Amino acid sequence: MSEIATTVAPPLPTATEKLKFYGMWVAAAVVLVLLPRVFGSGGSLTTFSLIGISIIFSLSYNILLGQTGLLSFGHAVYYGLGGFLVIHAINIIGANKLPIPLPVIPLIGGLTGLFFGALLGWVSTQRSGTAFAMISLGVAELIASSALILRTFFGGEAGVSANRTKLFKIFGWSFGPQIQIYYLVAAWTLIAVIAMYALTRTPLGRMCNAVRDNPERVQFVGYNPHVVRYLAFCFSGFFAGIAGALAAINFEIANSAYLGAQQSGTVLFAAFIGGIGFFIGPIVGAIFVTILSLGLSDLTQVWQLYFGLIFIAVVLFAPGGITGLLMMHRPLLKAGTLPQVLPSYLFALVPTLAMIAGLVLAVETIVHYTVNPGDDSHIKAFGIPFDAASPSIWAISAVLLVGGFLVARKDWVRVKEAWDRAGSLAREKDVSA
Amino acid sequence: MLELIVISTLNGILFGMLLFLMASGLTVIFSMLGVLNFAHASFYMLGAFFGFQISRWFGFWTALLIAPLLAGAIGVAVERFGLRPVHRNGHVAELLFTFGLAFVIEEIVQIIWGKSPVDFRIPSSLDFPAFTIFSTNYPAYKMFMLLVSIAIFAALLIVLKKTRIGLIVQAALTHPHMVAHLGHNVGRIFMLVFGVGTALAAVAGVIAGPALVTQSNMAGLLGPILFVVVVVGGLGSLPGAFVASLLIGLIQTFAVSMNGSLSGAFGPLSPAYASTWLADIWSVTIAQVAPIVPYVLLVLILIFRPMGLLGTRDT
Repeated sequence: MSEIATTVAPPLPTATEKLKFYGMWVAAAVVLVLLPRVFGSGGSLTTFSLIGISIIFSLSYNILLGQTGLLSFGHAVYYGLGGFLVIHAINIIGANKLPIPLPVIPLIGGLTGLFFGALLGWVSTQRSGTAFAMISLGVAELIASSALILRTFFGGEAGVSANRTKLFKIFGWSFGPQIQIYYLVAAWTLIAVIAMYALTRTPLGRMCNAVRDNPERVQFVGYNPHVVRYLAFCFSGFFAGIAGALAAINFEIANSAYLGAQQSGTVLFAAFIGGIGFFIGPIVGAIFVTILSLGLSDLTQVWQLYFGLIFIAVVLFAPGGITGLLMMHRPLLKAGTLPQVLPSYLFALVPTLAMIAGLVLAVETIVHYTVNPGDDSHIKAFGIPFDAASPSIWAISAVLLVGGFLVARKDWVRVKEAWDRAGSLAREKDVSA
Repeated sequence: MLELIVISTLNGILFGMLLFLMASGLTVIFSMLGVLNFAHASFYMLGAFFGFQISRWFGFWTALLIAPLLAGAIGVAVERFGLRPVHRNGHVAELLFTFGLAFVIEEIVQIIWGKSPVDFRIPSSLDFPAFTIFSTNYPAYKMFMLLVSIAIFAALLIVLKKTRIGLIVQAALTHPHMVAHLGHNVGRIFMLVFGVGTALAAVAGVIAGPALVTQSNMAGLLGPILFVVVVVGGLGSLPGAFVASLLIGLIQTFAVSMNGSLSGAFGPLSPAYASTWLADIWSVTIAQVAPIVPYVLLVLILIFRPMGLLGTRDT
């Protein structure tokens, strides 16, 4: 028995592998500490805080979608409830002068998420797949609509606010300035990311993957898929609650938008665009989506439309998300056949970009005529001024759109051919090596 | 009281039939393609807005004909160029695609028609009271809505049960591979079903637009209720969807018209805690709770009958 176990178990990590592994986390911590030294302005600190919150939230979402295969449309419920409980907790603690400092407060949010995950999860996780998706949506609507009815607790449309600086102080930190909030968020982000990574390495994490891939076999092995899904749901609720708590602390307010469908949609976008197949995917997605939503909203009026189009493009053309796309190149990079593909990329990229430019131009022109028809026709989109009334703009956008599409379609076929060649070469090298 | 019951029953059946117009398409699409079309309510919204725009240019009756055709054509395009390529990535990818689509359609509608409600009026030829029961005038337009939805329901039933194409659709519901082996173009059947399903939703949009509010958030408001209908009725069950549509239509309409609350029923007791933390639950009226009633029903069904009312299969 013990012999089998030793042969089946993977070899113990070597010293260099261990160093690499722990070094990565230490490096992440160092980067988080040093980040405010490089980008010290108030705006970037707020952005970093938002990204941190978004990372925890997206990773907690990926416990469901990526690791257990549960597509949830109502993950914001646990985020929002965590936020509301924390706001009330801060108010109560502040009023009674209890000796509880702010840094441990997110734990209250996490426990709230865990509690509601445990409460609502058992019913929700009875089935997986489409049924689960619909149920999560129904439960989310139930909670979000109830939040508008129960005004005493949820504060109606306006929400509930609190003052985070009135709490028990440790080390003289009042948590008034954004820099202190940044460090709070950064610390919790690091803790949560490590915890969630560790979770994927546990037997439970492995069983979650098994339930995602083949629930029937899991039953034969002797596990109950429902219980595994339920546990994953509870953990995911816990971390979502922490994220919600940090958001509530950051904004010092919780309102019904925290619980709503928009928030659930955003986390789904972030996790999926980043890539649900890898642990790092949702982190990339959270960074990308947060920066995009902050940046695009300055550049154009209809940023949400672009946001949705990017999501659809990812679903259609890159189901592995950004990380999936990058990771696809790893075998080629290892085999040294990557350079063969790059020229075809360049060829395909030019017409694709032209097509996108044409699309953006057309959208912005149409927006000018429908949203603000009375305004001056000299408009500005993405920092580039142009005259929406001139026929040449219409012609340019049409040419770019149609021409780009036609050329790009041919070029992407060529990319695929080049890719297949490079891929088979890489496989041959792999076999001979 | 009797007046309230009669009027609410009529309104409830009307709302239920409207729900069924959409739920039927959603159910058939789900049974055949295995994908729950998240954007189904968006096609309802598109129907309403197309109807509004076309009725402005050519009148309501043209709109009733053209708008569903337009929406159906968009549906066909979505199936052919969107869903079919995504199909190989699995059902989750398909669901996500329709989710993104719903998001984009809402944004586009906002860009074109704005965020505030548009002025979609009842056609003047139907703007008169149909009959009077107990001092309440019942509008003719509502009777028209009821008639249209019943007519479509009957037509759908006949097509599905009595025609050749209906037989193929029924067969493709359960055994798509066998149908393909027999030489039918399953891809085209799927496309057709998707187009008809979205066109039905658009019909519901055109006739509901003037009676309800035509606004860019109408898909977001109705979509979740539609899914509740489908889950409560049993995923993939057409009779189940019918029963659930009427049930939810009636329950919600009755809930809206009732004014009772706990404090009204037990007011004289007036316990102390009722005025503090539980004040909301204590004083909220049934009418205010109406929006969450379908979701409560959903949770109850999931606890006591996870397959849905008439559902037979697990997804």
